[in-house]
Amino acid sequence: MFYREAGDFKTSYKADNQTFPIRFDRYRFYAVLAVAWLVIPFVINDYLANAILLPFLIYSIAAIGLNILTGFAGQVSLGTGGFMAVGAYSAYKLMTAFPDVNVLIHVVLAGFITAAVGAAFGLPSLRIKGFYLAVATLAAQFFLVWLFNKVAWFYNYSASGQINAPERTVLGVPVTGANTAPWAAYLVCLGFVTVAALIARNLTRGTLGRKWMAIRDMDIAAEIIGVNPLTAKLSAFAVSSFFVGVAGALFFAIYLGAVEVGEAFGIQKSFLVLFMVIIGGLGSIFGSFAGAAFLVTLPVVLKLVGVDLLGWPTDLVAHFQLVIIGALIMFFLIAEPHGLAQLWRVAKEKLRLWPFPH
Amino acid sequence: MSADFYYGVEVFLNGLMAGVLYALVALGFVLIYKASGIFNYAQGVMALFAALTLASIIEGQVPFARLINATFGTEIHDFGWRVPVLLAIVLSIGVMVAFAWLVQRLVFRHLVGQAPIILFMATIGLAYFLEGFGDLMWGSEIKTLDIGIPQGGNRWIEEHSAFLGGDDFYGFFIDNLDIVAALVAAVLVAGLVAFAQYSKQGRAMRAVADDHQAALSVGISLDFIWVLVWSLAGFVALVAGVMWGAKSGVQFSLSLIALKALPVLMLGGFTSIPGAIVGGLIIGVGEKLFEYLVGAPYLGGATENWFAYVVALLFLVFRPQGLFGEKIIERV
Repeated sequence: MFYREAGDFKTSYKADNQTFPIRFDRYRFYAVLAVAWLVIPFVINDYLANAILLPFLIYSIAAIGLNILTGFAGQVSLGTGGFMAVGAYSAYKLMTAFPDVNVLIHVVLAGFITAAVGAAFGLPSLRIKGFYLAVATLAAQFFLVWLFNKVAWFYNYSASGQINAPERTVLGVPVTGANTAPWAAYLVCLGFVTVAALIARNLTRGTLGRKWMAIRDMDIAAEIIGVNPLTAKLSAFAVSSFFVGVAGALFFAIYLGAVEVGEAFGIQKSFLVLFMVIIGGLGSIFGSFAGAAFLVTLPVVLKLVGVDLLGWPTDLVAHFQLVIIGALIMFFLIAEPHGLAQLWRVAKEKLRLWPFPH
Repeated sequence: MSADFYYGVEVFLNGLMAGVLYALVALGFVLIYKASGIFNYAQGVMALFAALTLASIIEGQVPFARLINATFGTEIHDFGWRVPVLLAIVLSIGVMVAFAWLVQRLVFRHLVGQAPIILFMATIGLAYFLEGFGDLMWGSEIKTLDIGIPQGGNRWIEEHSAFLGGDDFYGFFIDNLDIVAALVAAVLVAGLVAFAQYSKQGRAMRAVADDHQAALSVGISLDFIWVLVWSLAGFVALVAGVMWGAKSGVQFSLSLIALKALPVLMLGGFTSIPGAIVGGLIIGVGEKLFEYLVGAPYLGGATENWFAYVVALLFLVFRPQGLFGEKIIERV
């Protein structure tokens, strides 16, 4: 009854362009924000933070980034893991080179460095399209991981080849290193996610976002109506890589604390983020969150059911996990190629018309 | 000529042999891509699965043994017999054909007309599924696959080329397995080309590759052709899996050869069988020579992981459809 507007009485473009045109949605959004900011920090514990919340938040940023590139600008990228590595390693270099600067600034700077690298690897997209481009971005993935493995300067010549996040504080509270309280790590990630989602939403409905979508739908036609493919594609790569870089920096500094590049940022990571975007829904900010939530919680749930409930050995459960994730991806693509976001949209449409669908 | 030069030649020859193996994997991609427009990422995992199946059938292993044991508390492992190699190969081909039929029936039939990227994603899902399924069915420990292919360096070539380089040079070292692989690949390609050119099904296959709707309208069953193509790709995967499996054991890393085949495809063009062969040879020789001449001495080694991709990338900037790919024509 309350999930609808009383007719279509918009009188300004501003009202027409609202993100949440229905009042219920708007309040729901505020409620989610309030719970995330005001309730969860007080009830969070180590397990909840490390198993679900931190990876969910960080992958959400990465998924938003990839969704900008793939969902909005139509350029498929399999180099997400490599770009996350750039974010992680630049954050590490900055943190160790300038210990007095706030770590949050380092994370943002790491994002900008990744944006530059991403734009450089985006250059071939002007010539190469479709699958060829997808495979070309793998060059970024393999080259970057190799680079961080081989050039000792990037990991400060440490013997293990790992990078370890030193302890840094924000307002006197440690947010990286071993003494981090789960709520502090959570709040930092949540802050970045909130800002990232706001920026992404507003970029994609503005001029830039429309240019990206024009390029996605047909790049030649977009060129004819006056969209410069050079700036549109490169800006998509840069903005996308910025988010991915921030995600990589957080993933290293706050979530893992110690990283070995091939293990943490390998090709599997690229696929994982791509799955999130596809399952969540291409071209939807909400979809990025939905996809990240789905793929982060699925292994946890499977492990609970398989190991704790059925008492199977862990390796068997790990195999089952692969089978189930693979089957689910195929099932989703068959049932709803536009992802969870589309299911959500359909449900909302139905709700709006209910109980008189015709 | 100095010994260094001949070592370079040896690296070149070994690169050629590695390239043949890359080409074998790339071939499976091309077959499916041409006929159905599906870029089959699962090809590498198919090779792994096929090799795993073959090795396990030879050993007479019980499928899903671990799962059965975990569920019912039993202690079964194998049937206690060994299956002759030829019979096992036939059985494995049967498994791959059944797999092709199931994939077509359960997945790709429902995805006809979807965007290529959706199909590509579905094959990544398939790769995950098949990887987990193979492990569930046959266990995840490393298996050796011995079907009687000779291993080790070829003595004859070594002895008869030793005189070339003087005292520091002991002849070319070339693995027997690589020679066999090259011969098998040559036979396989010749067979596939002959099949596509002269048999009725082969012609239908090419017709489908050309134009789905036109093929439908002259009475070609798309369903049948797609099952056929997936079966062929499964067969190619089996051959590739056997070659790689005999070389380095049947294990998870086998599925990563798909990643090796991708730059080969980019270089050769996704739609061309000769392209897959030539691309494979170029990549194989290129990465071995680069590692030998530049990578190992100056860059700290392990350049083989990315060299192929960077070459393909640079190459594509100048020729976006690859060496032999169909020209990409864009219309508004």
